Amino acid sequence: MADTGASQQTDPGFERQPRDGGEWTLLLSGDWTLRGLARKSGALISELRPFAGDDRVHWDLRSISALDSVGALILWQACEGQPPAHVELRHEHAPLFRRWRERSPDDDRVRFRHETLMDRLAKAGRSGVSHVTGLLALTGQVTLDTLALASRPRQFPLKDLSATIYQAGVKALGITALVGFLIGIVLSYLSSLQLRSFGAEVFIVNILGLAIIRELGPLLAAILVAGRSGSAMAAQLGMMRLTEELDALTVMGIPHSVRLVLPKLAALAIAMPLLVLWTDVMALIGGMLSAKAALGISLNRFIEMLPNVVPIANLWIGLGKSVVFGLLIAMIACHFGLRIKPNTESLGLETTNAVVTSITLVILADAVFAIVFRGVGVAS
Amino acid sequence: MSARELIRLADLGTAFGDQVVHRDINLTVYERDIVGLVGGSGSGKTTLMRAMIGLNRPTEGEAWLFGQSLRQLSRSRLNALHQRCGVLFQGGALFTALTVFDNIAFPLRESRLLDESLIKQLVMMKLSMVGLDPEAAARLPSELSGGMVKRVALARALALEPELLFLDEPTSGLDPIASDAFVELVSSLHSELGFTVVMITHDLDVMHDLCTRIVVLADQRIVADGTPDDVRQVDHPFVRSFFHGSRADRVFRPDSQSERVPVLREQPYE
Repeated sequence: MADTGASQQTDPGFERQPRDGGEWTLLLSGDWTLRGLARKSGALISELRPFAGDDRVHWDLRSISALDSVGALILWQACEGQPPAHVELRHEHAPLFRRWRERSPDDDRVRFRHETLMDRLAKAGRSGVSHVTGLLALTGQVTLDTLALASRPRQFPLKDLSATIYQAGVKALGITALVGFLIGIVLSYLSSLQLRSFGAEVFIVNILGLAIIRELGPLLAAILVAGRSGSAMAAQLGMMRLTEELDALTVMGIPHSVRLVLPKLAALAIAMPLLVLWTDVMALIGGMLSAKAALGISLNRFIEMLPNVVPIANLWIGLGKSVVFGLLIAMIACHFGLRIKPNTESLGLETTNAVVTSITLVILADAVFAIVFRGVGVAS
Repeated sequence: MSARELIRLADLGTAFGDQVVHRDINLTVYERDIVGLVGGSGSGKTTLMRAMIGLNRPTEGEAWLFGQSLRQLSRSRLNALHQRCGVLFQGGALFTALTVFDNIAFPLRESRLLDESLIKQLVMMKLSMVGLDPEAAARLPSELSGGMVKRVALARALALEPELLFLDEPTSGLDPIASDAFVELVSSLHSELGFTVVMITHDLDVMHDLCTRIVVLADQRIVADGTPDDVRQVDHPFVRSFFHGSRADRVFRPDSQSERVPVLREQPYE
């Protein structure tokens, strides 16, 4: 089959031919199209300008091989928006020029919304207030829904709950194990270097046990879950807004808070402590192996010492914190997810906001816990 | 003189896993044709159109676009071919983060062929061409009605002055007046700019007034191909029920022939 793909383009151009009585014919030829004109449009306009409004010039457009609305616009601009006195053109090209002739300057007046500094400040203020009120409203709504569901527990969305536990909990086992294990090794190795110089090798068990069970385990798991599941939850709700699934649920009489928010909150509240326990164990294993390699403390001795030097209260504090972290992450993710507007930019922005805000709030909550429980589980 | 072939499909077949969408599709689209692709829901019209554009890779057979085989084309050559096509997707596929103005200006800016002041005039002209007010330019796609989305998508498809225009259900969701205006617009642009159109449509009025050729997809194959009047004569269950319902008889009734919008059609099909 013949290669008809290569377009037989000819460059647009013009030629001046003298006529009788000191007049000119301006013979235009070639492809006056978007691709034919390429970047020459500006040059052609300025070259043709001098002929505009000159009654002695006869414009002959009949040799133009192809014309589209871009070509017509270039010619129209070259004529400074006035039809020349003498012009000859093919009848099929006439409508293209008519489109430009019929336009008035008013047609091009668009008012784009420009924001001043005050507008932006006001917007930031409004958005801050709406975040607080929105979060409060969502929390209140979920609380009311939970109370209402308590009287008819059969309506609790159990399937969504188990699906979310699987997605946010079971599927996070691998990454939390890896990160926990590695952090355990690093922490143990760095501490052992310091402890050896004091001759206090045996305190590695106290340091690792307390740090991992009380602080690092819950925090590591929470940050990973916020990044993994927080973003997924926010994006899921946002996509449901984009595809009008949220509206479909509303008209079926199923509130978002019951069907979408509540199972996520419950799932993370259940999955987070389990994940934290798992992360703690993996981090301690990493720490034990590293302590054996660096300080020669046997695994048996480490395991025997651990319950004696780390009070069990630390485990309860760690697990209790993780329930709060789970609730916080799910709440923030749902709050930002439900605020996503039906456009792709907002989807990306609010998902990022959900992750950043939930991690920040998790660390803030951790600080509050540290102050509240400062006298519990640590020898003072 | 025979017309230039813009699209050729030879023994084309597409399957998603076990599900065969179509097979043995042979079709040639010539320059200046206005082809209407017709078929029941799920008959693979959109899939066939995507195979023509090169968005779907067919499982068997071969497709040529502007005379070049889509199987062997390099990425950059295919991009160059795509610049010569305009596509109106079924859902509009407008960039939701950009305003209407920026949506239409986007392909023009990306082509880097024109400066900003020319782009602005072209965009505003395209907007008025599809019947939208200048005020609509500053809006975001989420603030538009379904019909307006279709029009903006058409304006964007026309932005690069395409030689070949693909329209996926351009009039679905439009009111009858807007739909008539659309037919008039495409038909006048077709005679001015001389482009070729492949469109998927269920709208009998559009088919009757606009299409120079109708291709009917059913049972995974092309069961009819020809002028609207020829296709009506084909004896196939789908064609019978589609073109001989009471609505179809009203649209295609012989005494309405004289009122048909004239459409340029100089070339023979073969």
